[in-house]
Amino acid sequence: MQWETVIGLEVHVQLATQSKIFSGASTAFGADPNTQACAVDLGMPGVLPVLNEQAVAMAVQFGLAIHAEIPEVSVFDRKNYFYPDLPKGYQTSQMYHPIVGPGEVEIGLDDGTTKRIRVHHAHLEEDAGKSLHEDFHGMTGIDLNRAGTPLLEIVSEPDMRSAKEAAAYLKAIHSIVTYLGISDGNMAEGSMRCDVNVSVRPRGQAEFGTRAEIKNVNSFRFVERAIEFEVERQIELIEDGGEVVQETRLFDPERDETRSMRTKEEANDYRYFPCPDLLPVVLDAAYVDHLRESLPELPDEKRARFQGELGLSAYDAGVLAASREMAEYFEVVKDTCGDAKQAANWVQGELSGALNREGLSIHDSPVSATQLGGLISRVMDDTINGKAAKQVFQALWNGQGVSADEVIEAKGLKQVTDSGAIEAMIDQVIGDSPAQVAQYRDAEPEKRGKMIGYFVGQVMKASRGTANPQQVNALLKDKLDALC
Amino acid sequence: MHDKTLTELAASLAAGEFTSRELTEHQLGRIERHDGALNSFITVTPDAALEAADHADAARARGEAGPLTGLPVAIKDLFCSDGVLTTAGSKMLANFVAPYDACVVERLKAAGTVSLGKTNLDEFAMGSSNESSAFGAVQNPWDTTAVPGGSSGGSAAAVAAGLAPAAMGTDTGGSIRQPAAFCGITGLKPTYGRISRWGIIAYASSLDQAGPMARTAEDCALLMNAIAGHDPRDSTCVARGVPDYTADLAAPLSGLKIGLPREYFGDGLDPAVEAAVREAVAVYESLGATVREVSLPHTHYAIPAYYVIAPAEASSNLSRYDGVRFGHRCENPSDLIDLYKRSRAEGFGEEVKRRILIGTHTLSEGFFDAYYKKAQQVRRLIRQDFLDAFEEVDVLMGPTSPTPAFDLGAQKDPVSMYLQDIYTIAVNLAGIPGISVPAGFVGKRPVGLQILGTHFAEQRLLNVAHRYQQATDWHLRRPELAEENA
Repeated sequence: MQWETVIGLEVHVQLATQSKIFSGASTAFGADPNTQACAVDLGMPGVLPVLNEQAVAMAVQFGLAIHAEIPEVSVFDRKNYFYPDLPKGYQTSQMYHPIVGPGEVEIGLDDGTTKRIRVHHAHLEEDAGKSLHEDFHGMTGIDLNRAGTPLLEIVSEPDMRSAKEAAAYLKAIHSIVTYLGISDGNMAEGSMRCDVNVSVRPRGQAEFGTRAEIKNVNSFRFVERAIEFEVERQIELIEDGGEVVQETRLFDPERDETRSMRTKEEANDYRYFPCPDLLPVVLDAAYVDHLRESLPELPDEKRARFQGELGLSAYDAGVLAASREMAEYFEVVKDTCGDAKQAANWVQGELSGALNREGLSIHDSPVSATQLGGLISRVMDDTINGKAAKQVFQALWNGQGVSADEVIEAKGLKQVTDSGAIEAMIDQVIGDSPAQVAQYRDAEPEKRGKMIGYFVGQVMKASRGTANPQQVNALLKDKLDALC
Repeated sequence: MHDKTLTELAASLAAGEFTSRELTEHQLGRIERHDGALNSFITVTPDAALEAADHADAARARGEAGPLTGLPVAIKDLFCSDGVLTTAGSKMLANFVAPYDACVVERLKAAGTVSLGKTNLDEFAMGSSNESSAFGAVQNPWDTTAVPGGSSGGSAAAVAAGLAPAAMGTDTGGSIRQPAAFCGITGLKPTYGRISRWGIIAYASSLDQAGPMARTAEDCALLMNAIAGHDPRDSTCVARGVPDYTADLAAPLSGLKIGLPREYFGDGLDPAVEAAVREAVAVYESLGATVREVSLPHTHYAIPAYYVIAPAEASSNLSRYDGVRFGHRCENPSDLIDLYKRSRAEGFGEEVKRRILIGTHTLSEGFFDAYYKKAQQVRRLIRQDFLDAFEEVDVLMGPTSPTPAFDLGAQKDPVSMYLQDIYTIAVNLAGIPGISVPAGFVGKRPVGLQILGTHFAEQRLLNVAHRYQQATDWHLRRPELAEENA
């Protein structure tokens, strides 16, 4: 039987607010346990929440970025359950009236086409703390630093049909939130994590199969692997005559498998009801318009502009627009050197290669965008040749100079275009290489083209790489042919 | 000294007749002598009180005294007080020392008042008799076999017995007004949102409201000036200007339109209470008011709606008492579930458990629409009843409670206890203000007249109550208990 996979994602994005969603405590990552939890975060008797306006603005920005409806009124609800790292015994969330209504996200597929994934809604909620099971000898430690950190939960429709699509969707969300600057998108620190709903059905069947929910998957790679494992598990189960049960599962990246956490029967009744401590959030049109006007250019728009206006290939445009930092870096390089294609080649070639070798992100690049742009300018105006350019790049990478010009000057890499000087070097090389000249003379004319390489190399070496290679080539050919 | 009203004490302090230290020592002495039997305080803080009194006297000496400087008050033990045991009347918080001040406590301190201590209450403010307190019942100073009412029973008894000239209470379904009525004092429940709930241990968040309890309306006005007004820490606290509540107290009542809700004079109302209330209404007529009957047609839905909404909110508000971070924790829990179950089973009393169970049930999947949603619809109808009535009249009047204070231990059935709040509960559902003023006695036990106004009409209510107190002396009567031992 042919099976079709159906996937929906709930992506939790930690918003990059200064303070928590309902208290003034800091949201900075990595502080000592419980040093960033105030009375509100601890759920002390008598404390009350006050909504952080910045979190609202960020959620609305996200909604606008995915062309979602922004309802005038949204309401916070309490989701009630007991857990030691949930200080109040309820999580303040939005069940019935979320801040962001239906929208859509476009993803790129392998065959070069795009697909729209519908977003059902996105809602604001507070994060819980962390339970620490190690180091406490049979007891559990509770760290409430994370309690009250604002989260935007983005709930998709079950529109994805493969693990690859799911990963592409997650990347698209990552790209949007980092473009907007509403999250650092750092998956390793838990700034973005997702719950994956997976089911399978015979191809052509209209109704969905029973789904399993895989909780807390925290990398693009794990999302793909978890789905692949889960799909295989479900298909095998059904083909062996079994039935998929609705349950919550956990992905274990070490064993590369999902395991059952709890079934539907064990599921909590969360007893949602409107939080009486918080007023409904009412957004007037002027506020939403103001946020709309202040939206930065988004990945899709940027990609289209890179392709259309700048004439980059679809692939180059896609890669350069994928992250805000990469796009911003590229645009500074482009503006400095004045040539988008050259800028794209350098950013994706020399720079990305070096970054990958060192395992650095664009943010940590030792060569700044203006330095790289300046370097490309010097190639374009023939001040240096391509070979010297690589030397200059390496020098900038190693911090040996503040600009390309300074490196060129210091290392004497300025391209020699004075034909007199080049001819003198050629004459020297020809004079020093009687054997090679003899070989050249004796060779069939059609093989001489390859043999000239040796002489070019020697001349370039003599010029310490600064001679203009085109000139060297042309002049050498003339001189050698004259000897034949 | 203890027979004076707060306003009179303020004048005496200003005139230098005695110091705040002398007054505070006197009140502490009375608590020492009389509260063993009354049990109106859970915690008395003599050292902190005397220190605050000395500060107040020093401020006065520097010419920096305000209207409330040096006046002693008692605080219901539902308000968090920084560094002071704050129990909510529960074993669950018997060891809880609050790390911060409630907004009301903070403002009273800033106004220079002297806190004598924390008063007894029904556990987590759930009750109408003060009998659900884990710290024991409170006696009614007028008749020690009677309850003082609840939940602010300790505050009401302390003021009535002259242990404190004024006290702070909270009112979720009548918890200021009913004990004020039972103890023969004046108690104001302000409009929901008038006073910050920051630092008040939550019972039912959409209904809870703090307010003053004192001898007179004038005293309540003085306290309102200190505690009312916006607080950014409470999102439901309204950013709206605060008038001088003492300014219009003496305004004449000629032309005042009084409505008597038909539904507040029906079955279950003690005829002696009704007679006292009708007599009070007659006093108003003599002061130039006109009286007409009005209807609040959804009144009989108020108690059922309240007992869905309040327990629902309470079940969630009380989830934080889980034995993990503060409060009671059971001995040697075997695992997490055992820790939760035993800590909560041991820490909460019967009435609190009952309401948590009710609330948990009504919010459950499959019941939510039938109970909670329906109750919220009813709540809107009840609110509309009041708004319609206030189109016709300025204030509504009726009994605060259908009976005078009942005997300690008399109300065994929770539902019959709930029905005691028939006249007070709808007011919280509608969010409007209400005041109870002493209006006579049935035997030894006081009767309260309840006066209701539209949202933010506190100034008008205090004026209406004050003019009545100028014309009557019920509020000046003192229980024998307090006089005998003076």
